[in-house]
Amino acid sequence: MTLAAQYVANGLASGGLYALVALGIVLLYRSSRVLNFAHGDLCTLGAFLALSALQAGWPYAASVAAGLVGAGLASAGFYQVLVRPVREGTVLGLVITTLGFALFLGGFMAWVWGTDTKPFPSPMSDVRVYRLGGVVISELTAGSLAAALVLVALLSLLVQRTPLGLAMRAVAQNPVAAQLLGVPARRVLAATWALAGMLGASAGVLLAPVLLLDPFMMLDPFLKGFAAAVLGGMDSLPGAVVGGLTLGVAESLFAGYVSVKFKATLSFLVIVAVLLLKPEGLFGRPFERRV
Amino acid sequence: MASPLLEVRGLTLRFGGVVALQDVSLEVRAGELVSLIGPNGAGKTSLFNCVCGLYRPQRGVVRLEGRDITRAAPDTIARMGVARTFQNLELFRGMTVLDNLLLGCHRHFRAGLWEVVLGTGRAVREEVAQRERAEAVLEFLDLQAYRDRPVAALPHGVQKLVELGRALCSQPRLLLLDEPSAGLTAEDKDELRYRLLDARRAFGLTLVLVEHDLRMVMDLSERVVVLDHGEVIAEGPPERVQRDPRVVEAYLGVGA
Repeated sequence: MTLAAQYVANGLASGGLYALVALGIVLLYRSSRVLNFAHGDLCTLGAFLALSALQAGWPYAASVAAGLVGAGLASAGFYQVLVRPVREGTVLGLVITTLGFALFLGGFMAWVWGTDTKPFPSPMSDVRVYRLGGVVISELTAGSLAAALVLVALLSLLVQRTPLGLAMRAVAQNPVAAQLLGVPARRVLAATWALAGMLGASAGVLLAPVLLLDPFMMLDPFLKGFAAAVLGGMDSLPGAVVGGLTLGVAESLFAGYVSVKFKATLSFLVIVAVLLLKPEGLFGRPFERRV
Repeated sequence: MASPLLEVRGLTLRFGGVVALQDVSLEVRAGELVSLIGPNGAGKTSLFNCVCGLYRPQRGVVRLEGRDITRAAPDTIARMGVARTFQNLELFRGMTVLDNLLLGCHRHFRAGLWEVVLGTGRAVREEVAQRERAEAVLEFLDLQAYRDRPVAALPHGVQKLVELGRALCSQPRLLLLDEPSAGLTAEDKDELRYRLLDARRAFGLTLVLVEHDLRMVMDLSERVVVLDHGEVIAEGPPERVQRDPRVVEAYLGVGA
């Protein structure tokens, strides 16, 4: 029993980070109908920028903020310069565009920071542990989960409770009608991309101390986030969070009771199962296309 | 004399070889209610789309209070005070009635992203004003019962009112209504007529109405403009337009 609880706790901790990654993917998919394959690399970019700021002697909070802002600007800039002009193009064209940007970012980071893995400091320790009943959680794990949940809460406040969030939802649902009400759709979309980049960078900064930082650090977490987004329904922000946490727990239980080796494969099984059984995901609306 | 609220001069719009509008000119003065009628495909909605900035005409100008808005972006034009409704409803279907109305208020929002995130005084004040306006319109149209219901689940007649309400929330200087009575029952049409007259008085509206229900047109409008094949074929007070032989011909066919 304690063992199961331990697995669940570990799973929730990684699930919180999957949720953060998934939120960035879903935010863009539902507003721009773009699957952003560069999202993982934007997360890594944010972590690298934060690391450089730290090495330059900036305090931790300021360095993280610099990483978030940098990734946000890169994401919004990518939208303005590359995605928007090809928006009228095909879905495939957009996918290729984001893949291209992902390759560019990977190369850029390898060029600037090198390909060797770097330790990433964190104000939280992974040696100091909390014990709840029989469950052991390190400060770093608990802190990451808490940070992820706080970010999720902030995002949902922004989207559900502010005029900006209302404008974002309006642009996602019906861009033309939104524009005819005076909503500057392009600027709202650019802000959405910036927000997704910042969410991604925060995931990157939280993951870097655990995974060690190199240009390809996010390869695996991005796929997990993508699986979580599919599980949650691609279109739904709460779905991304539930999807992330569910996937994290499922993965941890699978690793504990079945096989550690095939832990990473589980997320692909999830994608396949969702697409076969419930293509709209847990929280997504059934597909309806207007003609 | 002051420039008219809306001035359209020599507007020509083509899609490939198809001429949607041919040298169309018309003026709407502040406070007027003008109806735009004509057979299907006459170019009424195309004209609306040019005024809103959705279509770019090949020739001609659209001016709002003397300012050229022919090439302005749709959201800029909306911010200048032009609101419209659609023939086939363009509501945010997944959102509640209240959210739809709040979006109607959006053009009065001046606070930027950071002000919203940081919750500055201006952002908070504007949000309060936005909510008050939406609630007032909700009450004005007797939509309180539907306030928190998602739009997609409401009857068509109610959705039509919500769209009107959303437009009213923007306190438009010019309101373009595209077939407001389409798909309504006779009873709903009567209600809509009173609502429009009420709204016009309460909000001091200037209205341009595209409408197929001629009774509604004749009852409501001060002036009627008739389009056929993209051209203005008649213009004047409803009684006179109704008797114009060219109008009769356009509606009923040659020899009628």
